[in-house]
Amino acid sequence: MKRFVLRRLGYALVSLALLSITIFVFVRLTGDPALLLVEPGASKADVDAVRERFGLDQPLVVQYAKFMNGLLRGDFGQSFYYRTPVLELYLSRLPNSLMLAAVAMSFSLLIGIPTGILAAVRVNSWLDRAGRIFALLGLSLPSFWIGLVLILFFSVYLGWLPSSGSGTVLHVLMPAFALGWYFAASHMRLTRSSMLDVLGAEYVKLARLKGLPEQRVIAKHALKNALIPVLTLAGINLVIMINVAVVVETVFAWPGIGRLLYEGIAFRDFPIVQATVLLGGSMIVFVNLIVDVLYGLIDPRIRYER
Amino acid sequence: MTEPLLELRALSTHYESARGTRVTRAVDDVSLTLEPGKTLGIVGESGSGKSTLALSIMRLLPPAARIVGGEIRFEGENLLTKSPREMRHIRGKRIAMILQDPMASLNPLFTIGDQIAESLRVHEGASRAAAWSRAKGLLQAVRISAPVTRMKEFPHQMSGGMRQRIVGAIAVACEPRLLIADEPTTSLDLTIQAQYLSLLRDLQRDHNLAMIFITHNLGIVAKMCDAVAVMYAGRVVEAGPIRQIFNKPAHPYTRALLESVPRLTDDNHARLPAIEGQPPDPSAPPSGCAFHPRCPQMMERCQAQAPPSVTVASSHTARCWLHLP
Amino acid sequence: MNASTAVVLAEVPRRASRRLSSYPVVPLAIIGLMVFIALAADVLAPHNPEVGSLGMRFRPPVWQAGGSAAHLLGTDHLGRDVLSRLLFGARVSLVVGFTAVVVAGLLGVALGIAAGYLGGWVDEVIMRLTDTWLALPALTFAIFLAAVLGPSELNIIIVLSCVYWTRYARVIRGEVLSLKEREFVRLAIIAGCSRLTIMRRHILPNVLNSAIVLATLMLGVVVVTEAALSFLGVGVPPPKPAWGLMLADGKRGLMAGYWWLTVLPGLCIMFLVLAANLLGDWLRVKLDPQLRQL
Repeated sequence: MKRFVLRRLGYALVSLALLSITIFVFVRLTGDPALLLVEPGASKADVDAVRERFGLDQPLVVQYAKFMNGLLRGDFGQSFYYRTPVLELYLSRLPNSLMLAAVAMSFSLLIGIPTGILAAVRVNSWLDRAGRIFALLGLSLPSFWIGLVLILFFSVYLGWLPSSGSGTVLHVLMPAFALGWYFAASHMRLTRSSMLDVLGAEYVKLARLKGLPEQRVIAKHALKNALIPVLTLAGINLVIMINVAVVVETVFAWPGIGRLLYEGIAFRDFPIVQATVLLGGSMIVFVNLIVDVLYGLIDPRIRYER
Repeated sequence: MTEPLLELRALSTHYESARGTRVTRAVDDVSLTLEPGKTLGIVGESGSGKSTLALSIMRLLPPAARIVGGEIRFEGENLLTKSPREMRHIRGKRIAMILQDPMASLNPLFTIGDQIAESLRVHEGASRAAAWSRAKGLLQAVRISAPVTRMKEFPHQMSGGMRQRIVGAIAVACEPRLLIADEPTTSLDLTIQAQYLSLLRDLQRDHNLAMIFITHNLGIVAKMCDAVAVMYAGRVVEAGPIRQIFNKPAHPYTRALLESVPRLTDDNHARLPAIEGQPPDPSAPPSGCAFHPRCPQMMERCQAQAPPSVTVASSHTARCWLHLP
Repeated sequence: MNASTAVVLAEVPRRASRRLSSYPVVPLAIIGLMVFIALAADVLAPHNPEVGSLGMRFRPPVWQAGGSAAHLLGTDHLGRDVLSRLLFGARVSLVVGFTAVVVAGLLGVALGIAAGYLGGWVDEVIMRLTDTWLALPALTFAIFLAAVLGPSELNIIIVLSCVYWTRYARVIRGEVLSLKEREFVRLAIIAGCSRLTIMRRHILPNVLNSAIVLATLMLGVVVVTEAALSFLGVGVPPPKPAWGLMLADGKRGLMAGYWWLTVLPGLCIMFLVLAANLLGDWLRVKLDPQLRQL
């Protein structure tokens, strides 16, 4: 088990290094990076000062060393607009995004998994067909549009729910629904196909031959095996959710890191944008690592693999 | 005369293709009997309908298949009239079945002990402790050493031979009257096969278990079975006591099967006798007697009409025009 | 039919389920319609999509009170005709979508083949990069790139290609790995073909199937991402009519109940993506059942 964890850790570190290099390279690729790294409306002197500070005249390797040095010390730059370190801003907004994602994920699993199971168990029935149509719609509708339509309906027409901000349960309902919708469809599809695969397996056949009640066959033998890929995906999706919530948070003015990113773009506050990508990517790498390890815990076969 | 344990009367099972346009007669008008405690072998090539027959008895057919006619009488009752709930009580408890691939038959996420104990807990309402300790006894009965440690292990930690024994233990856990074994030794090493077969024989003797042994291996049939039925294209073309069939095969197909097994005493230079032609496509079998394109003794009649089952000797039947005037 | 051939039994009534249609009529019709609209927008649109008259702001569609026949689907906050903008928006979405999908595909397939076939350090480098970029959430990465490059239609295509080529590379590499072992490849090596020739003439045609399925599925994703980018302001720049931009503009009128500015562009996006997904699904099943995993 230990060796397994160490290997995965190694992969994660390589990914993080590559991530930083990618960001670094892209910023340097565009003509004059200094223009990005200064406040909008800065004077030439300011631009020169920035060039000096980031060592943009020096060889790339030196620049990268400075860059990494800063990152490892937790210095992700300073926001022009807020005049505070971006890391601080990011961490203060992160809990909001986490909460939104958690609610959205719960919603997506609560809807996705049971419908997926039902569709698989009653394969090719009208239930299955309806489920697949629902999944297709879910995958085709952009989340922010759903958010907008929800606002139209529930805030403007019905006046039941607040259209922006956070604070109460009512505030989180619509954004979570809009965000979770796509993932509910994706989870439903995966549950269905995973369940179908498992239901065709020999050990399920044997379970039936043993005379076990169908419910037990499904709930005990099939389900646990079928859910492995689904939960893996869900774990990874959680962090993806946090990151793609940009648009939903913007629509609902939800104070999370997505909205922070939007502010970064709207106010041309580049440090925010750069830091969000770096931190977002790192989060995913970490979560992948954790999910891999958890996977090793649930499935005994993985543990004993080298 | 004791009533047979299992009696199949004109059983037919058909598969419908996905578009509903083609029907395959996987099991066609099959009649067989099996006495308590005896072993019946079912022999045939792939596609002959042997596995479908087994699944039909258990009434666990895939959705595309349906039993379209006949009766399955088990201990005097017609299984086809049973409700799903009643069938469930029969499966595992009164009729058990083991499948070919032991690795695939065991759920990779649960311990061995759990999987054995499960039958006991479901069918007999045994408590966890009682089921667990009986499972231990069962592992000992199938000659697995150190059963207590083994019970907590997972299937992928066992060897192929051990897994097959575990599957066997699961099967006999609730003391069924009939055990159907679908090619249980096909995926085992030769050296393990013999051990496993002798284990099955011991289990049979200790529990007065009747067995249906499905295989394509005539050698195993000779060793294990009291009677044998030969299947071809979904039909039983010959059935009878083992000695009779081996010494005086009545159907050309059976004869060809027996001859195709090479023997040490055969002439070294003679060609290996093989049956000409290919096994038939189950969804489009030849007309009349399905074997006629490959039969060395084919007559005109064979192509035109399918022969009925004829009694050739005591308890020995065959479907062949050669035995009818 | 002679006596010894098929004895087909009586027709059994057709099952209603599980029939794969011979042609994916619905998705092709939708996509075809959109392509037609995109090409013929100049002729079809009743007004100039980029110019509006301030006196006609926020007019509702014709079937609502206050609507007029001159603007069948209403006007936006600058008095521009919604119908015309929708029609021209199709052009933008399709151009950006198709181009990005194709460019990403070319890049991804080429790199995937190189990684899979050449192996060694080429493979390692490409795969590490692919894994890392795959780990980055597409939208965030796209926003970052768009911020760095600046908003324009061309830049968006570049951005989307950079983000999505990894999807292709991964899958294609997997296929190439198994193709490498096949006989005809080995024969080509024995015959002395250069590696480049083998990759081009033997490997490439065989991975095209998967590439096409992927491209179709990607179209939907790309269109939605482009809409999101435009909505956030880092996509297609105004005053060009992009559906995503229309949604951003529409937000202004949302609280006042000007529903047509939000619902209509969204429906357009939905239909295009739906068609792409349906087509992709159909292709996936038709071309190769093994691709079910995608």
